[in-house]
Amino acid sequence: MIPFNILVMICLVYVAGLFIVAFVAERRASAGKVSWLRSPLVYTLSLSVYCTAWTFYGAVGYAARSGLEYMAIYTGPTIVFIGWWWALRKLVRIGRTQRITSIADLISSRYGKSNALGVIVTLMAVVGTTPYIALQLQSVTLSFAVFAREGTSGWALPDLNATALWIAAGLALFTVLFGTRNLDANERHHGVVTAIALEAIVKLVALLAVGIFVVWGVAGGVGEMLTRIAESELGETQFRAGRWVGLTFLSAAAIMTLPRMFQVLVVENADEDHLATASWAFPLYLCLMSLFVLPIAVIGLTTLPDGSNPDLFVLTIPLSQGREGLAALSFLGGFSSATSMVIVAAIALSTMVSNHIVMPLWLYFGDGKTATMSGDVRKVVLTARRLSIAGVLVLGYLYYRLTGGTEALAAIGLISFTGVAQVLPALLGGIFWRGANLRGAASGLIIGFAVWAYTLFLPSFGPGAVFSADLLANGPWGISILRPQALFGVTGMDPVVHAVFWSMVLNSAAFFGVSLFGFPSPLERLQGAQFVNVFEHSRAAHSWAHGAAEAEDLLMMAQRIIGPEEAQALFQKAAERQGKMGYLPDTTPEFLEHLERELSGSVGGATAHAMVSQIVGRSSVSVEDLMAVADETAQMLEYQQKLESQSEELSRTARQLQEANEKLTELSVQKDAFLSQISHELRTPMTSIRAFSEILMDVDGLSTEEQAKYSSIIHDEAIRLTRLLDDLLDLSVLERGQVTLNEQTGNLRDLVDRAIAATASLGEAGRMRIERDRLAENVMLHTDTDRLSQVFINLIANAYKYCDADEPVLTIRARRQTGEVVLDFVDNGSGIPKKSQTIIFEKFSRLSDQSSAGGAGLGLAICREIMANLGGSIDYLPGQGGAAFRVTLPVAEAQAA
Amino acid sequence: MGKTVLLIEDEPNIIEAIRFILLRDGWTVQTHSDGETAYDAVRDTMPDVVILDVMLPGRSGFDILREIRTTDTTAHLPVLMLTAKGQVRDRELAEQIGVNRFMTKPFSNTDVLASVRELTGG
Repeated sequence: MIPFNILVMICLVYVAGLFIVAFVAERRASAGKVSWLRSPLVYTLSLSVYCTAWTFYGAVGYAARSGLEYMAIYTGPTIVFIGWWWALRKLVRIGRTQRITSIADLISSRYGKSNALGVIVTLMAVVGTTPYIALQLQSVTLSFAVFAREGTSGWALPDLNATALWIAAGLALFTVLFGTRNLDANERHHGVVTAIALEAIVKLVALLAVGIFVVWGVAGGVGEMLTRIAESELGETQFRAGRWVGLTFLSAAAIMTLPRMFQVLVVENADEDHLATASWAFPLYLCLMSLFVLPIAVIGLTTLPDGSNPDLFVLTIPLSQGREGLAALSFLGGFSSATSMVIVAAIALSTMVSNHIVMPLWLYFGDGKTATMSGDVRKVVLTARRLSIAGVLVLGYLYYRLTGGTEALAAIGLISFTGVAQVLPALLGGIFWRGANLRGAASGLIIGFAVWAYTLFLPSFGPGAVFSADLLANGPWGISILRPQALFGVTGMDPVVHAVFWSMVLNSAAFFGVSLFGFPSPLERLQGAQFVNVFEHSRAAHSWAHGAAEAEDLLMMAQRIIGPEEAQALFQKAAERQGKMGYLPDTTPEFLEHLERELSGSVGGATAHAMVSQIVGRSSVSVEDLMAVADETAQMLEYQQKLESQSEELSRTARQLQEANEKLTELSVQKDAFLSQISHELRTPMTSIRAFSEILMDVDGLSTEEQAKYSSIIHDEAIRLTRLLDDLLDLSVLERGQVTLNEQTGNLRDLVDRAIAATASLGEAGRMRIERDRLAENVMLHTDTDRLSQVFINLIANAYKYCDADEPVLTIRARRQTGEVVLDFVDNGSGIPKKSQTIIFEKFSRLSDQSSAGGAGLGLAICREIMANLGGSIDYLPGQGGAAFRVTLPVAEAQAA
Repeated sequence: MGKTVLLIEDEPNIIEAIRFILLRDGWTVQTHSDGETAYDAVRDTMPDVVILDVMLPGRSGFDILREIRTTDTTAHLPVLMLTAKGQVRDRELAEQIGVNRFMTKPFSNTDVLASVRELTGG
């Protein structure tokens, strides 16, 4: 029997071997010799971290308990690798172009670089992975215990918990040493990956060796083996379709969402083409790993005593057959499986924890100034990583201690799978659906994770640990539809399938529902487009065309930006400088830099860089580049909008100026016309006055009659002048509203009487008859009676002057209606021509021959102003036969007589 | 029989004053006070000189002057324009159309008489 010390020695030697392999690989990598380190084979083997101690030991146990169902754990990844390789390719491409460092980083980047989302995914990953790490510790500890129990040399049973602690510490040390040796921008760990690949071989060889021993050494050949399988109860194990589908789905999701799988699949990927190899080689590896699971389970069940732990058949069968060497190899295989998983998981989780939780906190709370010094940041990041690794392993150890290491391995694994699978909707939605947004992703993740914790994770501690037995059986507060393992009344389902079903359904529903009802932020839009259309935006890392085609593309782009002539001149000059014939220069860095500078003048520096990079493909366009492009575009838009609004304002001002100018011009024309009119009205009487006074002065022998006549003309014209000046002043006062009204109470009839009396002297007395209804005129008014009579006098005088009827009659009609009194003056003359009706109230709008009119054409204008000042109005009434004017004046009811 | 003056003017007092001055100087004075028919009066009378007011009922003095100048038979007639609108613009317009003399109201009787004499070469 192998003594415990020897066993520990084997472990130490093995780990030392890993150290050496990892160390050599790192050295070669830093020397630039990465060719065989980065072969498709190494990549495929590194993917085998999927196969953990759970697969190594647990698959057999699973098969012993549930028959062929364990195969579901392999069919999921196989389906993904064979049928979904294009989705993986997309993930890998996104990972490279966006410099993704972890699955949390991917989700956070996709949804607008939301660190909150990064924190959520990180926490989920830590919580989901912790049981898994505990599982690895448990399996290694158990395998030690097997040797101890089987031991005949009498070495004392070592303290299992102490063993687990030592193992955790050792793993932490290895991970710290090789996982945080340096800070690679792409988070690639050559040494670790190489060591993992080696471990993949060790575990495969170990399992195959045990399998071959079982089939040919114990069962006695393939035929015998098949017979024994057929005879066993396993063949009759009930086939549970729900579990099959659920487990296949889970394992398919896990291959993409497990942090450690994402690490080796995406982050550590050096070449997209390696996926092509992996797409057949990895399923093949899984196939080999699962090949002997059933035989080992059957042999274990039939040859080992009842009550043996089927999870340990891989170890106990060789031991029971006295094959200690084989047992040791098997032990190493299990050890490899456990260590590789823990190492990669710890690296992946520590990257997430330090990038999404520690660094933001450090930047937030720490002295911001030190952040500018890269050396300091580097130190902080490395310290954060190392502490995170230790923290992750401590958590795993604590979980192991808490659960007491009693759970069946497979059950713990499935709990983990279900937890990390919650990332799946946000992940797939993020890379295939541009409409997915931050709120949707966060809602889905949080709800899915909560459901997982409630239905699977927390109950896994057993009744009474977190949830009381009563709560598990009857639901919280006795609400049975909330029973953790029979949610919404769905009973009879396998707990895992139940949890997978509800968490994924609610998760996806929240994700899609919230995404549909929300709008992504600009950054999210941009990132969404980058992720979903990654193949259009980027080139594969390994292939880009050099030479003329590139230069020609650049020329075409440049032509579009700076114009054909300028672009061609630029290229030709560059070609000349390079001593090349023709117009296409080599795309040397100097030329590209020069071109970028030229283009940046037109489209901005960031855009120019992005465009040139896009064509040359030397460096992928980073999100920062695109953000800068977006910023530039936004600034240009803003500038353009500013210009537009400015030009709009200018044209508005111009329009206002033009309008003002037109108004002024119009006013000026009116003023000129007015002055011209006044001049005319003043000069005309003055002409007569001057002419006749000269005659009176110069001409001798005028008759007395002539002298009297001419003196009278001078007198009349002088009066006319005075009246004109009076009218002008009156009008000017009225127009400016500066008139002081002398309000009195009077009877309308009296006012009309007064006006008729005042005008009686004008015409040949009695020639014009005035008809009126004195009764109707009996209305009391409170107004400026003098001004009102002035209006009446004007109207009556106009009738005297202009009524051309043979027997002129002026009819004055008074009428009272609500709140106002209306007075119409209608004569029986020919009236005012229609075209003139609108202008009669304007100044100097005298229509007829001057000779027959005494005034200067200001009368009606003055009337209009007076009525406006009295609060009434005066209008021309068309269609009354002769000239007809209507005067309207407001009157209070109480004042009506 | 003296030479004929056609006075186109609508203000009765001014007509009377000018007529008085010219009659005393031995001119035959014909008057017309409507703008619209003023040109017909010019054509029918064919006076030795036309005294033309600017602001006339019916038609502007400028229009009448333009017709006189653009019609062959009347183009040669001397025209004295009188206006109460004392603006430079009007004088320029009248001279542009081809007025012989332009006077602003109020005028001096002596000036009017001298102008009429001058225009008829008397």
